[in-house]
Amino acid sequence: MRRHFGDRFGDGVLFGLTVLASLVAMALIVAIIYQVINGASLAVSTYGLSFLGHTTWNPVTNTYGAGSFIYGTLVTSGGALLLAAPLGIAIGLYLSLLASRRVGAVIGPLVELLAAIPSVILGLWGIVILGPFLRSSIESALHSALGWIPLFGQASLTGLGLFTAILILTIMALPIIASITRDLFLSVAPELKDGALALGVTRWEMVRGVVLSSTRPGIASACILGLSRALGEAIAVLQVIGGGSQSLIHGNLFANGDTLASRIASQILDNVTKLQTPSVFYLALILLVIELIVNLAARWIVHHYRLPDQAAT
Amino acid sequence: MSDLSPTRSPESNMDDSRSEADAVSMPLIAPLAAEQQSVSIETREVVFDLKDINVYYGTALALEGVTMQIYKNVITAMIGPSGCGKSTFVRSLNRMNDSIPGFRLTGNALYHGNDIYASSVDPVEVRRRIGMVFQKPNPFPKSIYDNVAWAPRILGMRSGLDERVEQALRGAALWDEVKDRLKRSALGLSGGQQQRLCIARSIAIEPDVLLLDEPASALDPIATASIEELMHQLKRDYTLVIVTHNMQQAARVAERTAFFSLEVSEGKRTGVLVEYDDTTKIFTRPSDKRTEDYVTGRFG
Ligand SMILES: Nc1ncnc2c1ncn2[C@@H]1O[C@H](COP(=O)(O)OP(=O)(O)O)[C@@H](O)[C@H]1O
Ligand SMILES: [Mg+2]
Repeated sequence: MRRHFGDRFGDGVLFGLTVLASLVAMALIVAIIYQVINGASLAVSTYGLSFLGHTTWNPVTNTYGAGSFIYGTLVTSGGALLLAAPLGIAIGLYLSLLASRRVGAVIGPLVELLAAIPSVILGLWGIVILGPFLRSSIESALHSALGWIPLFGQASLTGLGLFTAILILTIMALPIIASITRDLFLSVAPELKDGALALGVTRWEMVRGVVLSSTRPGIASACILGLSRALGEAIAVLQVIGGGSQSLIHGNLFANGDTLASRIASQILDNVTKLQTPSVFYLALILLVIELIVNLAARWIVHHYRLPDQAAT
Repeated sequence: MSDLSPTRSPESNMDDSRSEADAVSMPLIAPLAAEQQSVSIETREVVFDLKDINVYYGTALALEGVTMQIYKNVITAMIGPSGCGKSTFVRSLNRMNDSIPGFRLTGNALYHGNDIYASSVDPVEVRRRIGMVFQKPNPFPKSIYDNVAWAPRILGMRSGLDERVEQALRGAALWDEVKDRLKRSALGLSGGQQQRLCIARSIAIEPDVLLLDEPASALDPIATASIEELMHQLKRDYTLVIVTHNMQQAARVAERTAFFSLEVSEGKRTGVLVEYDDTTKIFTRPSDKRTEDYVTGRFG
């Protein structure tokens, strides 16, 4: 009898705790969104939507606008996704299907360790080593060879800029995409792979036709997770992207830029004018909306790629 | 590998030296004897000529000294206790074992006179001609149509694809059940339908041989019966090798039966081919005591 009571009591406590935890999480989300909107209200009422298009941010002249940072965010995160997705998927394929067990056991954890490097350290490496290296070798070479393409303009003096930020973000998104897709590809039933190979197709045709095509929604989710990581990264980007108070909208990947997250991180403790903090909150609001759109897009993609009537009879 | 080409097309094959009686509605419990003894097995074309095949997984000898011939347009059954190497053996016939770490085969495995393990042979080409259906139905998570059309598309058989898909589905006795839902997912089919879809998928690329590894063991009796009936129809066009743990099934469908057993020596278990003969002989007058014990259910 007593045990019975104890069990029931335990159940009740467990139930209460889980409900409480969910409520706290929900309350936190609501509170944060409310406070971001509230904090931004002065800037929103002052600038309205023109804030989105205004491209300079200069506390000294009391001008604030998000245009440069929206642009920088899209360019760096998009660029990082463009590099990290194929690389990460290739690593995932290699680790799950091609590498011998011993090689996989070494490289797999190494890739995951990459995700464990604190971003501030990655940023430091970006300033001290990657930036100067890119400037002296890669950027100058690309500029002299392909300089007629606006993307490969004059390199900045420090080697910092959009391109360096893209590479740093690629390094951050890569382990996420690689490890998720590896697990995804490992989850494809061996019977399916055998079934394909038994039809006289090559390994690559099997990978494309069975492994990749049956995991498309998962691959898309992995890429979106990598993209979210890139969108939200502040410190490492702040360290390597250059920044500036002038308009940062330009086609040159090798020149300075800035992102929403990075500008939020660099400005939040300043309060030169009354509008500065509300403007920072406005940036935060924009970043939240972008993340929301990305997540909704992810849901849509997963839904859209669901196999024809997998659910149907 | 070009010299590995089968000497037939499904059409040319229909007027082979077979009695026509087995073409369509073969009764499930086949009247084997009457039909089979009409053509003596020695006159059949040999598809596989296997000499002293040993298969190793790492250092373990899984299969020892298998020597046998598999004949064209004949259903050959492999029976024997679990773990005696039946799957290992059939998977060796189309190099499906290649990807298993530690797999090694010695001996001479000739397919239409060509060594399929010769270093010049591309295993992809071998599998292109020697298809396989597995124990667990494994349709791709694609539509019914795409399950069948996928390999032909890749292999460059793009013209008349719709007809090819229909032919394959008819060949696998599935067409009438799925013709109205070709664009639906194959995963919505029943187990028996899925297995017939896997057979359709295999025959869509016009293979020469079809290997079936316990194709009905995951199915209910009705689905099993339809697979068995299908096999009788398929042997007109294909050479069939079926692994089964069900002796009645072997007796029902196969003309030739190979009995494999496990030999235990010094604690190592190795599969051997004990006896290979006409199915009727294996089940009524086996020449080996081990076969007799197994088919009469006295196997320990
Ligand atoms: N992939 C594998 N790796 C190592 N050993 C295997 C593998 N597949 C089968 N074996 C071994 O080979 C022997 C024969 O197995 P199998 O061919 O599956 O037998 P059956 O199909 O007759 O049940 C068994 O001892 C089994 O453990
Ligand atoms: Mg088996």
